Amino acid sequence: MEHAQRATSLPRLYGLLAEFDSPERLLEAARQARQAGYRRMDAYTPFPIEGLAEVVGFRFNLLPWLVLAGGIAGACGGYFMQWFSAAVNYPINVGGRPLNSWPSFVPITFELGVLCASLTALIGMATLCGLPRPYHPVFNSPIFSLETKGKFFLCVEATDPQFEIRQTWQFLVRYGAVGVFEVEHWKR
Amino acid sequence: MAGDLLHNPPGIDRPEPVLAPDQTYATIDAKISSIVLQRPLHAGWMAATAFAFALVCMLMLAITYLLLRGIGIWGVDIPVAWGFAIANFVWWIGIGHAGTLISAILLLLNQKWRTSINRFAEAMTLFAVACAGLFPLMHLGRPWDFMWLIPYPNSMWLWPQWRSPLVWDFFAVSTYLTVSLLFWYQGLIPDAAALRDHATKPIPHTFFGILSLGWRGSAHHWKYFETSYWLLAALATPLVVSVHSIVSMDFAVAVVPGWHSTIFPPYFVAGAIFSGFAMVLTLAIPLRKFYGLEDFVTLQHLENMGKVILVTSLIVAYGYFEETLMSWYSSDKFDWSMMVDRAFGHYSFAYWLLIFCNVVVPQTLWWRKARTSIAWLFALSLIVQLGMWTERVVIVVQSLHRDFMPSAWHDYYPTVWDWITLIGTLGLFSFLFLLFIRSLPMISIHEVQKLSHERDEEGAGKREEGRETAPARAGS
Repeated sequence: MEHAQRATSLPRLYGLLAEFDSPERLLEAARQARQAGYRRMDAYTPFPIEGLAEVVGFRFNLLPWLVLAGGIAGACGGYFMQWFSAAVNYPINVGGRPLNSWPSFVPITFELGVLCASLTALIGMATLCGLPRPYHPVFNSPIFSLETKGKFFLCVEATDPQFEIRQTWQFLVRYGAVGVFEVEHWKR
Repeated sequence: MAGDLLHNPPGIDRPEPVLAPDQTYATIDAKISSIVLQRPLHAGWMAATAFAFALVCMLMLAITYLLLRGIGIWGVDIPVAWGFAIANFVWWIGIGHAGTLISAILLLLNQKWRTSINRFAEAMTLFAVACAGLFPLMHLGRPWDFMWLIPYPNSMWLWPQWRSPLVWDFFAVSTYLTVSLLFWYQGLIPDAAALRDHATKPIPHTFFGILSLGWRGSAHHWKYFETSYWLLAALATPLVVSVHSIVSMDFAVAVVPGWHSTIFPPYFVAGAIFSGFAMVLTLAIPLRKFYGLEDFVTLQHLENMGKVILVTSLIVAYGYFEETLMSWYSSDKFDWSMMVDRAFGHYSFAYWLLIFCNVVVPQTLWWRKARTSIAWLFALSLIVQLGMWTERVVIVVQSLHRDFMPSAWHDYYPTVWDWITLIGTLGLFSFLFLLFIRSLPMISIHEVQKLSHERDEEGAGKREEGRETAPARAGS
């Protein structure tokens, strides 16, 4: 029920998708859009373009800190597991060696640190990107599948306070878009 | 002009490009994705896959018989309790090292030539590690109890012995497999999205759609993607060095002459990279020929791999030299008699074969002509693999067969089941690899596109020197 209500209350238009021929033109247009005050926008490219994320509003990169925390947690957990089992839970005297024989605990501590950090990197990346997300309005645009063939897109979203369909359209064309397309929330 | 002379000194060949100059974003994408999507099943591919599958069936048979009868069907006995199984394990895991080396270390070193070979080299890593993992499991004798290596709250209230390199080995290999898989999968996400967008039939569309997690190439996505990719590379770099170091400790920690040596970790890692790069060449040369990928895997790639093989061959040669020197210098009579036996004893032919394959033959790579001869590189890659496999067998078998007590001396002969198992894993590896090249993009589309963008930028930078680029205005 709630879903149906949302469906009727949401506007039809998600945004305007502007197509560019080259990453340089896209970057330039995105910069101009930012200067003109547009904030709710995103760029879609077949490969990473340096500096583009910051222009379309990327602020803080949490991922390295998550990975660091994951690595530390994995390494501490790994060492704790070995210490607890060998020195507390099941102590065995092997040739009078110390129970907490830390040098021989190093390899597994290292391996588990790397393992947890790596898992955090991939899962963290997916989570911060909001993936997995099989559906997104930009997929409704038939032109969007050209992305990997070397097309570059800038999408100015309709929720942007500055968004006004005619003005934004003209703006995008002025800054080098070879085509501008409406993106709808639902496939008709 | 002086500057021109500096960049183009006469008499020195300019390096070949790592990507053919006429490739654009669209052609890169079309070429790589068409191998997976459009091309009908090729007769050659079918024949190769059928042959590999027959070998997989043979492996299944060998494993079934092993489970029925136990490891007595192999040539192993006391004192040579490790035999082919462990030698094969060490060899396969070594081959698996080149993939991560190419994808992680060369990424951190900003080597552009890694771009078009990293995907299939990583796949090679995964399949080689999978083949490697089979051997210690089978060699356990009771493979169904392998989970005793995993620390889990079991009904016996027992923990693994953390001080044993064999337990370290389990953690190292399983971590390596997991991290390689993560790294490989992450690189695959944008390419899966590309294939999803290309696929016209529902099954590939759904398959790649799920695999791509809904990737849409947003600038925010790419930012996180690159961060994660670099972090994974930075994590995989020490990991790849640690894996074969830990494998070597399985040997070095023991008191057996021929194993008990501090040179083992670096010497094993160098040997791993050596055999791994040879395997990349073995795979890359037929792939680029049969799938017409000469524009992506250029002569420059092959030559660079030749150089890596030459360098690692020299490190391995130093390992052999050091081992011999130290057993003489230590004045340990057990160690020295092992060394004499290695060079002149029962298995001396294997020792001289490995010296020939790993030290003598790769010296041809000092000549550019050899490094750029595709036929020679292919032959050399096979020779190196034979040499490295022989080296692992010599280390395992020859060191063990002369025990401290002459009464325990015993020669080792592989049985037919040893050979079937080895050939079976070669079949498994080929089978998995053939499935991979037909179902996933074997070259990273987005990375090659980025490479092409960087190349265009460099070209534009040279052309536009001193001129200011006007902001592009079109269509108004």
